[in-house]
Amino acid sequence: MQQTYSGAPRAGAPLTPEAATPMQQTATQQTATLAPAQTAIEADDFSFWYGSARALNDITLQIQEKRVTALIGPSGCGKSTFLRSINRMNDLIPGIRHDGDIRLNGESVYRQGLDVVQLRKRVGMVFQKSNPFPKSIYDNVAYGARVNGLAKGRRDLDDLVERSLKQAALWDEVSDRLDRSALGLSGGQQQRLCIARALAVQPEVLLMDEPASALDPIATQKIEELIYELKDEYTIVIVTHNMQQAARVSDYTAFFYMGSLVEVGRTNEIFTNPREDRTEAYITGRFG
Amino acid sequence: MSEQTIDRRPRATGFAALSFRERRRRVVSRVMIGGTGVAAALTVLPLLLIFYHLMRAGLGSLNPDFFTNVPAPVGESGGGVGNGVLGTFLLVALAGAMGLPVAIGAGIYLAEAEGGRLPNAIRFITDVMNGIPSIVIGIFVWAWIVVSVGAFSAFAGGVALAIMLLPMVTRTTEEMVRLVPRELKEGALALGFTRWRTTLGVVLPAARSGILTGVLVALARIAGETAPLLFTAFGNPFWSSDLGKPIAALPVQIFQYAISPYEEQHRQAWAASLLLIALVLAVSLTARFLIRSPYRSR
Repeated sequence: MQQTYSGAPRAGAPLTPEAATPMQQTATQQTATLAPAQTAIEADDFSFWYGSARALNDITLQIQEKRVTALIGPSGCGKSTFLRSINRMNDLIPGIRHDGDIRLNGESVYRQGLDVVQLRKRVGMVFQKSNPFPKSIYDNVAYGARVNGLAKGRRDLDDLVERSLKQAALWDEVSDRLDRSALGLSGGQQQRLCIARALAVQPEVLLMDEPASALDPIATQKIEELIYELKDEYTIVIVTHNMQQAARVSDYTAFFYMGSLVEVGRTNEIFTNPREDRTEAYITGRFG
Repeated sequence: MSEQTIDRRPRATGFAALSFRERRRRVVSRVMIGGTGVAAALTVLPLLLIFYHLMRAGLGSLNPDFFTNVPAPVGESGGGVGNGVLGTFLLVALAGAMGLPVAIGAGIYLAEAEGGRLPNAIRFITDVMNGIPSIVIGIFVWAWIVVSVGAFSAFAGGVALAIMLLPMVTRTTEEMVRLVPRELKEGALALGFTRWRTTLGVVLPAARSGILTGVLVALARIAGETAPLLFTAFGNPFWSSDLGKPIAALPVQIFQYAISPYEEQHRQAWAASLLLIALVLAVSLTARFLIRSPYRSR
């Protein structure tokens, strides 16, 4: 049953046999590696309002450490709002309000007096639209690390930039032009640069808000392979509109609908044997 | 429905001669487009006429002396407006030093604060300030500084120009900062930047060329102001760079020459006008040039 979802409708599948292998392992390894996981993020009856409009209803959800959790659901279902509640990116919007709590390693991120800057250092984010700074490739990666005081001296910083770009699978493509503008990169490269930039700050959690929705199939595949690599070290939460993508990259899937969490479980179970009719209807494309 | 109706009609097999209706539509379109072109030409016509007239009336009086000398005593020919050029530069620099940090800071505040009662109130007040006649600002500064100090001074002139500068630069800065994509700001915040670091390190550099353009346009504008200086900087026929004393300024000199009964001074007024407009134009061209910034396009 697992094979149905790991191998079948892959976006960039018939490209190279090498590229396909890590993907196919995803589903088979899932059962093997999933067992001992700890909770990294815990939402507890979390509700959220934009002014008087309620965007989230009592979300209770546990996100496992060093796993990929996909948030799926139709537009406006609250999955992005939930994602942005984890690193409190919604704070800037006037008139917002929340109830309940979200905890990172047991500690409330909405605690009085918590420094959101510190929170966002621990919880990195990659956006739907790649947003590199209008600076050089090197500076894009180095800037965050420098501001957060993570590198001592030029040498250290060089190392960090190289390591981050390698982690983001971008080093080979840009190592000879680090001083060029990041805006000259292709869309997929820019998105991987944004991932490198987030990794350079050395977060524990990586939030990804539809990171591949603006990319072509080949660039999408690269991002997906990258996610697969990164979950060894990071807890990843990804919002996606692409069912196949959720099935390919994630260990766990949470289905949101109209501000509520309908169902959450292991990805292969959600996709092959959902408990809720609404989940099945959405996954099979009958609505949304 | 309507598509089907159209489909049933016999298909045209080529370009038939234009019907009366089609011809009329084409003529109307051309006339209207032509009309807007004429309007555009009329808009720039005054500048060309001004230039033409200033060249004719003022070019003859432009000589090295004109740039380097102080005005000649009444009745003598020659002399120049060198002190006025120096004075205008000093006044504009003074106004910039006092007004720009405040105006840029206020613009950033308004852009970051977005809605809310206080920001909206400030926005409204800056709009009102933009509409205050410059002579009123001059009188206000006269009553406030000149009277209490007991002397006309370059400093008072600088304050008057700075007050003129404030609303202009505040609003352009706000608009330019707002044009910076929200995603860029969020990217910095998500990396654990403080709001201030985000503004200083990411938002301002992205808005830099726009802000600079606004600043230069405002500086060019106040460089040509006469009214706020009449009762503040007052004018001075001699060299002076003392901020506590009256100081010459090109527009004030033009005004004084223009109302004098002497033919020679009228000629000087034309030449000084030509010089002033050339300076303003140079600043505007610089602003144009600055719009092109390295990491912008592509």
